[in-house]
Amino acid sequence: MGSVIHGQMDAERGTPRSYTIGFALSIILTLVAYIARVKHVLSGKGLMAVLLGLAVVQFVVQLFFFLHIGRETKPRWKLLMLFLMIIFVLIVVLGSLWIMYNLNYRMSPEQINQYMKNQAGTGL
Amino acid sequence: MSDTSSLTAAERADTREEHRQADNRTLFGFWVYIMTDCVLFASLFATYAVLHNNTYGGSPSGQLFDLSSALAETLLLLTSSFTCGLAMLAVQRRRKQAVYGWFIITFLLGVAFLALELVEFHHLAAGGNSWRRSGFLSGFFALVGTHGLHITVGLTWMVAMLIRTAKSGLTRANVRRLTMLSLFWHFLDVVWIFIFTVVYMMGGV
Repeated sequence: MGSVIHGQMDAERGTPRSYTIGFALSIILTLVAYIARVKHVLSGKGLMAVLLGLAVVQFVVQLFFFLHIGRETKPRWKLLMLFLMIIFVLIVVLGSLWIMYNLNYRMSPEQINQYMKNQAGTGL
Repeated sequence: MSDTSSLTAAERADTREEHRQADNRTLFGFWVYIMTDCVLFASLFATYAVLHNNTYGGSPSGQLFDLSSALAETLLLLTSSFTCGLAMLAVQRRRKQAVYGWFIITFLLGVAFLALELVEFHHLAAGGNSWRRSGFLSGFFALVGTHGLHITVGLTWMVAMLIRTAKSGLTRANVRRLTMLSLFWHFLDVVWIFIFTVVYMMGGV
């Protein structure tokens, strides 16, 4: 760490080693996901879970090695904002899926037909 | 010590510390913006997830998208994120030539990514699968298009910063701006991981 210049900003503390590890791990995770999808190793819900899991692992890898999360000194405001963002994202995405699932489940075929008649020719 | 034009070592250290703290506050502000932008992408992901079966009789996502092209886009953006990190290492060591070299490579990889994306959009639209075709495709173009727009902004910013650095060198202000640019670029790569997974890989599963 002899080359670190005094007064540099706290946010950037990468080293050639950390960027290379992050890059290699990301490539491996991407290729594993791609092969699992294309070679039909798994299918259905199992494949979905594996793909999402690999994406989350790569998310953490890039946060750590590229965005240097978890290496800031206390108080960890960046980490706090990150957690807040993740909570917002989960509420928006899971909430939308849940609401629309229930809407589709409860709508009768007559209502859907009437809705589609009203919507006919109004697309942008 | 009565001469006001010469600062003591302690005073210079104080000024340095003040600058460091001011830069850190700016970077934290930029981080808050990035987290807010993530919520914007979350709403577009939610829209896409809700609508992705509403194809209005058109091809579903599993048959429409070319996975090998999406993989190529992913590898291009991932490599550009890596070279952007190497550019920031060069910035920290004040190696101007290396800064230019790595940022130009990052820029070219970003342009290649954008070109592949536009080719894909063109193929979809030419095959009758534009954003007007169905709710699913409106959601697709809104999500992937917004990411592409961010990439375009990032590339423009990169050109502006290269010109600025060529003019005034690696000053404190320029180093701060380059650090923000690199945060932005890494963030776009992180968003793309989820677009690649949710839109391309999970389509047709």
